[in-house]
Amino acid sequence: MKSGFRIFIAAFVTLGASWCGFVLAPASQLGTEKQTAVLNSSDIYPNQRPGDATLGLQVYRKDGCAACHTTQVQQSGFACDVVLTSAGKNSVAVKNLVSKLKLSGLTKDEADSAASQITAAGGKTETHIFATGADISRGWGIRRSVAEDFLWDDPVQLGSIRVGPDLANVGARLANDNWQLLHLYSPQSVVKNSAMPPFRFLFETRKIVGAPSPDALNLPKKLAASAGYEIVPTDDAKNLVAYLLSLRADVPLYDAPFTPAQTSTNAPATKK
Amino acid sequence: MNEDEHSENFGGASVLASRIDASCRVPLLALFNCAALWLALGLALELLASLTFHMPEQFGNCAWLTYGRLVPAANDLLVYGFAIPAGLGVMLWIFARLSETELVLPLMSVIAAHIWHLGVFIGLIAIFIGDSTGFAWLEFPRGSSVLLFAAFLLIALSAVATFGARRERALQPPHWFLLAALFWFPWIYSTANLFLVAWPVRGVAQAVIGWWFANNLIFVWLALVGLGTAFYFLPKLAGKSLHSHYLALFAFWTLILFGTFCGIPAGAPVPAWLPTLSFVASLLTIIPLITVAMIFIKTIRGAEVQCQGGPFCYIKFGTVAFILSGLMLVVSAWPGCARILEFTWFGQAQTQFQILGFFTVAACGAVYEILPRVMNFELPFPKFVRAQHWLFMLGLAFLILPLAIGGIFQGIKLENPHLAFADSTDAVIQFLRVSTIGWLLLLLGSLLFAANLLAIFFKWQCALIKAAVAAVNAPLETSEVKS
Repeated sequence: MKSGFRIFIAAFVTLGASWCGFVLAPASQLGTEKQTAVLNSSDIYPNQRPGDATLGLQVYRKDGCAACHTTQVQQSGFACDVVLTSAGKNSVAVKNLVSKLKLSGLTKDEADSAASQITAAGGKTETHIFATGADISRGWGIRRSVAEDFLWDDPVQLGSIRVGPDLANVGARLANDNWQLLHLYSPQSVVKNSAMPPFRFLFETRKIVGAPSPDALNLPKKLAASAGYEIVPTDDAKNLVAYLLSLRADVPLYDAPFTPAQTSTNAPATKK
Repeated sequence: MNEDEHSENFGGASVLASRIDASCRVPLLALFNCAALWLALGLALELLASLTFHMPEQFGNCAWLTYGRLVPAANDLLVYGFAIPAGLGVMLWIFARLSETELVLPLMSVIAAHIWHLGVFIGLIAIFIGDSTGFAWLEFPRGSSVLLFAAFLLIALSAVATFGARRERALQPPHWFLLAALFWFPWIYSTANLFLVAWPVRGVAQAVIGWWFANNLIFVWLALVGLGTAFYFLPKLAGKSLHSHYLALFAFWTLILFGTFCGIPAGAPVPAWLPTLSFVASLLTIIPLITVAMIFIKTIRGAEVQCQGGPFCYIKFGTVAFILSGLMLVVSAWPGCARILEFTWFGQAQTQFQILGFFTVAACGAVYEILPRVMNFELPFPKFVRAQHWLFMLGLAFLILPLAIGGIFQGIKLENPHLAFADSTDAVIQFLRVSTIGWLLLLLGSLLFAANLLAIFFKWQCALIKAAVAAVNAPLETSEVKS
């Protein structure tokens, strides 16, 4: 290459192409996204997080929680269960057929063929669909995370490493604000061998004046404040917990469908 | 360019070469000195952060020292504090030498260097007080990024003006890489700041732009500057010419063409075409890697130069580290591996290998080669050069290997649905504790580097003061005495 201008053109073309692909296109495709309908429902998703949770996201950003936690669940695929809802008139034949067929953990095609065989014999069926994968069976979510889940967040804190567990559904999994506060104050007191640093700076130790604060942490003896003092969460701690509890991506969507738990017996959504 | 003539200049024999070197003196000192301090401080912060895995409770009462603030602060110091200013300094000198002309607008570079380091300082404080933007590699807030952007443009202007004043019109391979790097950074940095910080786009598009920026900074920009430096110094130090212009041109084109599309992780919650495009580009990145390896081997083969832990060793080590860390990038994009390695320490190992193993080592080597010429005196502690090389090699082995191997174990356990999450953390914690040794050794190495640079700086200051005192004490010439 003989001139600096050609270098400029080379860099302009290549970087410009990736700019169009990874900046312009996502900004116009994802950046203009709107709320979507929840599958088989008239609800829309997602709703804006409550005010304290929105503030809590800023605490999450400030203290770099994303350095250790992801908020994105992945799934390896789908599986289907065929459930017999009514055996119909010829119930013996249908039940015989059902006992022969494999009805759980099927692909979509297998489920359709099983369902059509049962329907042909006179029974009625429902097909339940659920997500599969390590994250799902670990109870980190019912379905994979999709772009819609992050619609209202700024900054979006997806995270890239799992030093600690995924938090995409921590609000559904550990929906207890006292537990969350205690965990922030002293992770090792509630999770044995946790590598998480304590966030004591989000709490203050103060003298009890009059009646003890209803917010005061109920700590084990080893960690409790000395007599006459109490440990209360600051606004930052409360907001952070509100944000954590608002983290739940548990409705079925067009691009991440599943059959909700109340009608299904197999979906791993059943709360433990 | 006439190779013989150039190598003569390179030896510092000619008057022109020493004039060129002298013109770079003050800007390079301004860029390198603070960079060396930021490198040491960044590694010290990485070491502190790594202590969290030994005693998680240690900094529980101190918001400044919580892991989530230490790590971004340390990483940004390594890249913005050290890598970019050191790269710019090396670049200015290479441009001046290749152009066979004195540095144009040196004073502007000096001012810009100070603005840059002020920006880094403000950004560092901002992360500590919780004012980070929350985007990886872009944590510095607005006030700091404006300074960094302006400083980069000023230094780039000086570099381009020096390039424009060149005597030999034909371009050399280092020119391509370094010019592209000058163009790359303002584009990606302004895009990321405008779309993520100033007027943030909505939803997960933020994450995509963040990945695009991080990849273009950490992989492409560092590769452009590091390879440009290596392609300048390798042939000089080996006493040969660069193996082939055509191969170098091919490496340049494929690197910027494929490299710029890497970086979107496979399982990201975004439309599937984005990670797929990125995956294809990552696999194709093997092409520039192999090309660079061929150029490297053919250029240094048969060279009868003993490197003895000096700059030649640094640049050779850096180039090999570039190829290896690039291979780690390709492996972690491969679908079967990506599922296991995503969200593990393997990715951190790859990034740190890229920043520290490749770029930092190559840049330190270049600085050790350049500074004695620019200052016109030998390094104050020549033995430190070899010691630092050993400390860096050992430190990288103790850092990268545990993180990469631990990451693989962690990923296998994460991917097994029958294991609890705690099994994956238990699998990796011992590896993380070993990596603390790596950070410590790297920190010691960087202290030796800083010691050499600071000693040079003070020696230069003393010489300046002595000259000033001598000028004050000198008797006036008769022509200057008013009658």
